[in-house]
Amino acid sequence: MAFFEVLAGSVNTFIAALGETVKLAIVSLIIATVLGIIFGLFTVSKVKILEWISAIYIGIIRGTPLLVQTFIIYYGLAQVLRPLGFQWKLIGGPFTAGAVALSLNAGAYMAEIIRGGIESVDRGQMEAARSLGLSYGKAMQKIVLPQAFFTMLPAIINQFIITLKDTSLISIIGIRELTQNGKILAANSSTKVMIIWVIVALYYLVVCTILSKIAKVVERKVSHGK
Amino acid sequence: MENKNIAERPVKISVKGLRKCFGELEVLKSMDVEVHEGEVVCLIGPSGSGKSTFLRCLNKLEEANGGEIIVDGQKITDKKININKVRENIGMVFQHFNLFSNLNIIDNITLAPVELKIMSKEDARKRAMELLKRVGLEDKADAYPSQLSGGQKQRCAIARSLAMSPDIMLFDEPTSALDPEMVGEVLDVMKGLAKDGMTMVIVTHEMGFAREVADRIIFMDGGYIVEEGTPDEIFNHAKEERTISFLNKVL
Repeated sequence: MAFFEVLAGSVNTFIAALGETVKLAIVSLIIATVLGIIFGLFTVSKVKILEWISAIYIGIIRGTPLLVQTFIIYYGLAQVLRPLGFQWKLIGGPFTAGAVALSLNAGAYMAEIIRGGIESVDRGQMEAARSLGLSYGKAMQKIVLPQAFFTMLPAIINQFIITLKDTSLISIIGIRELTQNGKILAANSSTKVMIIWVIVALYYLVVCTILSKIAKVVERKVSHGK
Repeated sequence: MENKNIAERPVKISVKGLRKCFGELEVLKSMDVEVHEGEVVCLIGPSGSGKSTFLRCLNKLEEANGGEIIVDGQKITDKKININKVRENIGMVFQHFNLFSNLNIIDNITLAPVELKIMSKEDARKRAMELLKRVGLEDKADAYPSQLSGGQKQRCAIARSLAMSPDIMLFDEPTSALDPEMVGEVLDVMKGLAKDGMTMVIVTHEMGFAREVADRIIFMDGGYIVEEGTPDEIFNHAKEERTISFLNKVL
């Protein structure tokens, strides 16, 4: 069958491309989680300036498409900063630019998830911790964030899946990840376009399904611990 | 005779002209209170009278809008004060217990002394077990808060506060969220504390308890102290119309 021929014939390039997709997703999600915690804490802080910074960041990211954000970072920044000696090529090329765009994008959504998680924890928990003499930071770290984590977990994993799929958009700046690989193969064999794109979809589907399954297991584990 | 004695003891809490607003609403309108060492003060009054807000100002869970509060010689209304340090010496017990739901009972109690480097982990555990014994919960050390009854939670919360060896304990309606049959066990622990000479400020609706344990009753209404005195003076010989009508309703 043509499908299995194409599947077998393309497996090498797709495995390499899958590696790029997963690498891009993991790097972006790690940075996004850090950004999310920082800006999530900014949002719930009582310091007005931090609240504003966070609101502006989240507002801009949520109000613009990821594709445009990617263009601004990859093409826009390159043009503006070239006179100053900045070149994406020197710091990892499109992959770095793509990771920056994805991280900033997912970071804003993670910040919202983390804010929601923190606000879901009863105010009395913070008050009790503070009344014992613990600082705001310690109370956050030891009491509020661990409790918020359980509530946030499903949303965080959902964001992981979204970001994994969003890597597809980063193909536009020339990273040979799954989607870009599909585009190249389809261009070279115009009679098998449908088969190739179905194969691309299957790769995404497999990875996302595995991620959801892991998510379910982790969720069950932590809710047990609770 | 007991009261004369108290008045000569050092002042632990001194509040002068305390004002507190929530937006437009003025909840406390110039409060003056002094609490002496070892004194048990019960705040009573209708809901919305500002009792809880007053109590929460004493450890700065609420920031005062005016006036001054001195606790243990530290002026906590001063911006520069390290409030965390002052709070180590003021225990607080909440209406809804507020046990840390992510920690088991023993960790609830040892968290603050260990994190604040007041005790080693082993010493804190030993002390926690003593305290659990004192409140009758030594068999619950490894349980999680969700596995305890309301009364047990509140006794554990008291033990958690005591783990910091505070000089002052604040109680914010400690029995209001309890089923009636569990009120007694919590009040018994509090009576024990009072007998041991703890300085206590208690917001309560338990008039029987207030009458029995308090050295002084403060009746508040509308953000003011309407009347204060010994339990006998308030419960048997109230002078103010508002005090009498409140007591008529609750007694």
